Amino acid sequence: MAIGQSVKRKEDARFLTGRGVYTDDINRPGQLHAVIVRSPLPHARIAGIDAGETLAAEGVVAVFTGADMAADGVGSLPCGWLIHNKDGSEMVEPPHPPLVAERVRHVGDQVAVVIAETRAQAKRAAQLLDVDYEDLDAVVSCADATEDGAPLVWDEAPGNTCYDWELGDREATDAAFERAAQVVELDLVNNRLVPNAMEPRAAIGEYDPAGGNYTLTTTSQAPHVVRLLMGAFVLNLPEHKLRVVAPDVGGGFGSKIFHYAEEAIVTWAAGKLARPVKWTAERSESFVSDAHGRDHVSHAELAVDEQGQFLGLRVRTVANMGAYLSTFATSIPTYLYATLLAGCYRTPAIYCEVRSVFTNTVPVDAYRGAGRPEAAYLLERLVDKAARQLGIDRIELRRRNFIPKDAFPYATPVALEYDTGDYEATLDLALSQADWDGFESRREEAAARGKLRGIGASTYVEACGIAPSAVAGALGARAGLYESAVVRVHPTGSVSVLTGSHSHGQGHETTFAQIVADRLGVDIDAVEVVHGDTEIIPFGMGTYGSRSLAVGGSALFKALDKVVAKGKKIAAHMLEAAADDIEFADGQFKVAGTESSVALDEVAFAAYVPHDYPIEELEPGLEETAFYDPANFTFPAGCHICEVEIDPETGAVELVGVTVADDVGRVINPMIVEGQIHGGLAQGIGQALLENCVYDENGQLLTSSFMNYAMPRAADLPSFDVGHHVTPCTHNPLGVKGVGEVGSIGVPPAVINAVLDALAPLGVGDIEMPATPERVWRAIRDARAAG
Amino acid sequence: MQDFALHRPTSAAAAVETCRGCDEGRYLAGGQSLIPMMKLDLALPSDLVSLAGIAELSGIRREGETLTIGAAETHAAVAESAEVAGAIPALAGLAARIGDAQVRNRGTLGGSIAHADPAADYPAALLALGAAIVTDRREIEAESFFAGPYETALEAGELIRAARFPIPEAAAYAKFPQPASKFALVGVFLARTAEGVRVAVTGAATTVFRADAIEQALERSFEASALDGLEIPPDGLTDNLDASAEYRAHLIGAMTRRALTAI
Ligand SMILES: Cc1cc2nc3c(=O)[nH]c(=O)nc-3n(C[C@H](O)[C@H](O)[C@H](O)COP(=O)(O)OP(=O)(O)OC[C@H]3O[C@@H](n4cnc5c(N)ncnc54)[C@H](O)[C@@H]3O)c2cc1C
Repeated sequence: MAIGQSVKRKEDARFLTGRGVYTDDINRPGQLHAVIVRSPLPHARIAGIDAGETLAAEGVVAVFTGADMAADGVGSLPCGWLIHNKDGSEMVEPPHPPLVAERVRHVGDQVAVVIAETRAQAKRAAQLLDVDYEDLDAVVSCADATEDGAPLVWDEAPGNTCYDWELGDREATDAAFERAAQVVELDLVNNRLVPNAMEPRAAIGEYDPAGGNYTLTTTSQAPHVVRLLMGAFVLNLPEHKLRVVAPDVGGGFGSKIFHYAEEAIVTWAAGKLARPVKWTAERSESFVSDAHGRDHVSHAELAVDEQGQFLGLRVRTVANMGAYLSTFATSIPTYLYATLLAGCYRTPAIYCEVRSVFTNTVPVDAYRGAGRPEAAYLLERLVDKAARQLGIDRIELRRRNFIPKDAFPYATPVALEYDTGDYEATLDLALSQADWDGFESRREEAAARGKLRGIGASTYVEACGIAPSAVAGALGARAGLYESAVVRVHPTGSVSVLTGSHSHGQGHETTFAQIVADRLGVDIDAVEVVHGDTEIIPFGMGTYGSRSLAVGGSALFKALDKVVAKGKKIAAHMLEAAADDIEFADGQFKVAGTESSVALDEVAFAAYVPHDYPIEELEPGLEETAFYDPANFTFPAGCHICEVEIDPETGAVELVGVTVADDVGRVINPMIVEGQIHGGLAQGIGQALLENCVYDENGQLLTSSFMNYAMPRAADLPSFDVGHHVTPCTHNPLGVKGVGEVGSIGVPPAVINAVLDALAPLGVGDIEMPATPERVWRAIRDARAAG
Repeated sequence: MQDFALHRPTSAAAAVETCRGCDEGRYLAGGQSLIPMMKLDLALPSDLVSLAGIAELSGIRREGETLTIGAAETHAAVAESAEVAGAIPALAGLAARIGDAQVRNRGTLGGSIAHADPAADYPAALLALGAAIVTDRREIEAESFFAGPYETALEAGELIRAARFPIPEAAAYAKFPQPASKFALVGVFLARTAEGVRVAVTGAATTVFRADAIEQALERSFEASALDGLEIPPDGLTDNLDASAEYRAHLIGAMTRRALTAI
């Protein structure tokens, strides 16, 4: 089962028959249950907490508050990326205690933990906790946070500013605008989203007093990162005394990368009580405690010449950080956003300012795409607007500005160097698959039925893998972003892979096994991919930013190289030949030019239990570890096309066609790749048409359940037409780029461009995401009223 | 969720009797509204009296010009019933579009009307068709049954046995779903009956109501053009996160036109 084949997912038998083991499925003897008491107010001083009634309630074992944790020396949940202001000073980085002691800063903020024998007892007792709050004024939106005299979330952050950052050459960009024939301007909002992984977060803390060892089982995308951050910064536990396990995890989409308060709370409480402590979020809790995504307000200007050549791009963005800095929050609207503002285009001068602000809302961090969807949405909306303003066909305008395929490697004015790509190829493929040229007749046919039909495209580029570590470090990342892999060939020839990547739906157990099967010539069922346990896996940065295959897969490839190299030495001894003369293919080590050979399992056997082995020269065993540090980001790109039909009477938008052509580099498993694209598209379409996280002006979360936060469902989506054009990544051994996020990055602007195309004949020029029926209806009505 | 005792009576009389003896007793039908409320502590019953084992609450019968549906009939059963399809196809169509398959397989007619969600679908049908709600102690006209959001004319412990629908000459239901919950943002049930045109609107206000102005217009001429120039005022309609009162007012017109086309 080699690379390039749609091998059925090995893990699915387990998942589909209900045999997956998720954190909440695990129960330990003597286990207690924790319920977090959360703030019902967006901003308030805690004047006092009376736990008397709670402690007296049936089954309650303990109540802990922020004061208890602080008294025990518990530290602050750290932020992993330091951003510098324009003037070189450092961002404001307020404390983020797991339980707050003095002031709550968002609805859902953690005030106390109630621990009882059963979950029901803990929940009931938690309702009895008497917290005396003194209400403070709250600030919610980007716009409100930046207003003069706005209430301050943090006294140490004047103007609620976390940082005021810039990227690009301001003077060169201003000069480009002076030369411009026209300037195209656009104001837009990138709507706030709630990630909503299918499995809510959960955590179990355990403490073994005999050895002083702690174990945290948690719904994490990056267990080693949690161990590092929680051990070193929060609980002061050395790594050899702290094991973090992330078993089967039911989706993350970024929201499970971060180190969360509840993980520290259950681990610490388990130590205090010397009993296992379990916490599982209810869905209502997820809404107010999982990091949210997006939430940008931007003003963008594009300078163009008479021929429609882009001369310069100027962008001003305010990004909402929420009340605290989540683990990667600060890097999202900076190094994963502004750096992508060149898109697929040769725009020579780009300048972007980003002001990140604190508000009394749930922290905002990476969510599927993380910064790149915001960049793609801004650019692709702006390019469509430019086409309309200039009277140039929107596809033609894109072609005129594409970075041509012979211009790679291409250095953008916003700090990236694209290694490869062919934007015309994916564009052409998508146009023909979508029958773009035949659209007008479909528009007429729909009009005859009273429907407004529109078509829209986006041509995006994104960046995966976050690398190289040295560059990331220079930009403020507080950790390098290597990945590790161990390949252990067992004595009888089966193989275990220990990877620092984490699978929570992506299918690593299959894709990684395919790479091994392909390289070592073993059966795919003889390969076990192990992940998610810091006790077993040497190290790992986990899975996010579509990095697993590009970085983790490359580490695996390197480790396989080392296994083959060592196998050759062992085979050389067995075959009485020189190691340099040994060739390896299809599971056979062979002396070049002869029939003399030995199979991998024989070599493995000889490596562990030999009768005759050159032990003085070669260690026994056939196991290799490799770390891989990518030389660059990878740059998936492509073209997404959507077609919609709008009912002008109700404003309802029906998505009737989605055609995508992506270049995700070399494809290991086409079926898994297509599945990833489908999932990303569903979430991107969700953002464009359905999902919106809304707070009222006082800071209460209005969309706090699935009754009013609209998730995309199968019935909301048409069949997707997915195509590929491959330009292999030039700097990793597999030639892969990453696929997890392209759907949610490329499709939102294509949906909105299609909606605006449908509405353009009525004179509608703008619509915000999500394009709900009411918004569309209003836009139509207002345009008609304006004549 | 608070602890509760579960009772499983086998007759309607026993169910009423059991409920009467409870501190905070509640009937449990499909549980599709009650259980979510209990999970959120919005309902805190001490006892649940299950209606699942009571045969006399089931059954779909047509007698002359009346269709009677037992309270315990699920939405799926109503959607699939040949009897309903023959008598009032719009009612079968309405049931087929409630929630999703899981909800339809468990949720019941009696539960839906007792719960009286202001965005539920059935209440519009009951009101437009002039149905009667048959309980363990009386018959209540739909007109005086729905009293407000989640409020009905039912007394404490009163058990719905069935709903009795006069069969109309023609009827249609048009629903514009709220994008998140898929309940009715606005649903319009239109019926042409021997007594005249009846139009009931759900989702748009705190409780289901009859749209008098639309009824009068359609009484004059039963076609879409009768609605031209008819302004539906947003006053009194629900104005919230899901939709403004203005949009709901607009949708009442739009859904009425859609129902007219379908009839
Ligand atoms: C995901 C989801 C989507 C939904 N979508 C829709 C939708 O689109 N449209 C819609 O109309 N509804 C919708 N519903 C609600 C659904 O139709 C419920 O089934 C219905 O409202 C309640 O019926 P039930 O049998 O489940 O009642 P239960 O939940 O068991 O009970 C509801 C209430 O009625 C009382 N009750 C039940 N039976 C009787 C009786 N015979 N006599 C007196 N009191 C009684 C109970 O005590 C309780 O107070 C949805 C529900 C869910 C969970």
